[in-house]
Amino acid sequence: MIQPATTATVNRPSGRALRRLLRHRFAVAGAVTLVLLILVAIFAPWIAPKHFADGDLFANYAPPGGDFLLGADFLGRDMLSRIIYGTRISLAVAFLGAGIAFFVGLIYGVISGYYGGRTDAAMMRIVDVLYAFPSLLFIILLMVTFKTGFGGSMTDNPFFHAVARLDTQMGGVFLIIVGISLTSWVGMARLTRGMALSLRRSDFVQSAVAVGARDGRILRLHLIPGLVGPLLVRVTLAVPGFIATEAFLSFIGIGATPPTPSWGMMISEGFKVMRSHPHLAIWPGVALATVMLAFNFLGDGLRDAFDPHSR
Amino acid sequence: MTVTILRRLLALIPVLFVISLVTFLLMHSVPGSPFSAEDKPLPPQIKANLEAYYHLDEPLPQQYLRYMGNVLRGDLGPSYLQRSRSVNDIIRDHLPVSFQLGLLALGFGLLLGIPIGVISAMRQNTWMDYLGMFVAIAGVSVPAMTLGPLLIWGLALQLELLPVARWGTWQQAVMPAITLGLGEAAIIARLTRASMLQVIHQDYIRTARSKGLAERKVMVKHALRNALIPVLTILGPLFAGLVTGSMVVEQIFAIPGLGRFFVDSVGARDYPVIMGTTLLFAAILVLSNLVVDITYAIIDPRMRTAE
Repeated sequence: MIQPATTATVNRPSGRALRRLLRHRFAVAGAVTLVLLILVAIFAPWIAPKHFADGDLFANYAPPGGDFLLGADFLGRDMLSRIIYGTRISLAVAFLGAGIAFFVGLIYGVISGYYGGRTDAAMMRIVDVLYAFPSLLFIILLMVTFKTGFGGSMTDNPFFHAVARLDTQMGGVFLIIVGISLTSWVGMARLTRGMALSLRRSDFVQSAVAVGARDGRILRLHLIPGLVGPLLVRVTLAVPGFIATEAFLSFIGIGATPPTPSWGMMISEGFKVMRSHPHLAIWPGVALATVMLAFNFLGDGLRDAFDPHSR
Repeated sequence: MTVTILRRLLALIPVLFVISLVTFLLMHSVPGSPFSAEDKPLPPQIKANLEAYYHLDEPLPQQYLRYMGNVLRGDLGPSYLQRSRSVNDIIRDHLPVSFQLGLLALGFGLLLGIPIGVISAMRQNTWMDYLGMFVAIAGVSVPAMTLGPLLIWGLALQLELLPVARWGTWQQAVMPAITLGLGEAAIIARLTRASMLQVIHQDYIRTARSKGLAERKVMVKHALRNALIPVLTILGPLFAGLVTGSMVVEQIFAIPGLGRFFVDSVGARDYPVIMGTTLLFAAILVLSNLVVDITYAIIDPRMRTAE
């Protein structure tokens, strides 16, 4: 039977991709989990039984159950509440890191790939160097430089002072996001540049050039729409890495500052009393894995949706 | 071929040079010196003497040139934190540990990943495939910070099968290798599956089947051997990633590898150790990428003519 072409939307590539995504059960599960986690993060003060920093020293290491569903930590703070508030940290790192990686990578890569020649060579030289930098080492270096610098004499400068204030307000997470953003765009820029380079040579772009379309129009109408999908896939799949990086930095004590409820910091606190209270390290770990799993499922589904050949 | 490799090797020098410069500037952009601890300040004269001894009183460009000159002669300098050992000593003592851990994790990743990938591809779109790919996605999603404590709790504390931490015996290597290797197993499984699927649909596989070869023989002798080429080529970067990324696992299991030293030395501003480790890890990374291209050229003759 011939399908009547009733609406134009049905045939749009994004519509097709969305339908393919919805058929992907893991991806839907990932997306639903993410939506739930976002709601948890937004409504944390209403959901959490207690405030994340409220300690009760008479209840330190309280066992799970009763007043403390998942137990209490060494300061008698409710683990469940801290895990709930911790969602905010992980998701902030995830979305801000992803947003910056996406836009910086897209713009940098498109410019490099589209204009080519000497611009491309110069821009890619920078990317090559950053790409060779062991990224976790680079982030650790940046973090220590930031933290000690912004905590010390650099605060005389009003800009650094503002950054230091913002970071303190965000419990040390702001600088983590800066550190992740400074490294994460590099891979995205490489990917975008490669795709832009091949699209540039494609017939439809060449025809647009031939009829005299300006660069801005070609980029907006012909190049960028084709790059968004694959880049979105790559960024989504990179997000678990950002989340793990934040958790690791907080785990080794150069990330979030107490009493910020970072899951990584909670794992490191719980890990010290692993023998007597193993649940204190395990529950935040489960939360961490859940968020990473949700992003990986979503990213995997997005990949199949945008590139059906890979399945 | 040799010329290509040489040219690529030469191209690495400026990359490493820039990395050393960036690291150097980042370290030194923090005001103060490694010897200005706030909790127990040194007498000013002693601090000045120490800084003079390590040439920290010289202008930055001179310090950098002095350091790079020594590096070119193979001397990575002294450690400020561990006065009795040089950076060369530290690397010689602790890099092998990181290497062993990386190799074990890679071995675990291959043993688990290749079978999962092959089975998923042979049973494409069946429940076995879905299960395999579910495991693969779950594998990359469970970070060492989750898996490590879980394994310690289950295998070491509850069942008392394995020692909790430290390094030396094979029992102590099991949990770190699994923790570090699970993510790699997942990556290898996905890659093997994708590569197998591509190969299976090629004409020569149909030929092999049509001449009556057993399915098993077709898969192992004809399909898998070719499907493993992409897997083989990412082994270098995977291994490099394992060595440089083992910091988390080394921290959790108290393993005396190089990654743990890096974390400690950054906090203490042990400049030569920071520089030495960063340069070494960067060199491992760029060399492993080069090795990929070379193995490609050796395994697949088409790549050679493409250059």
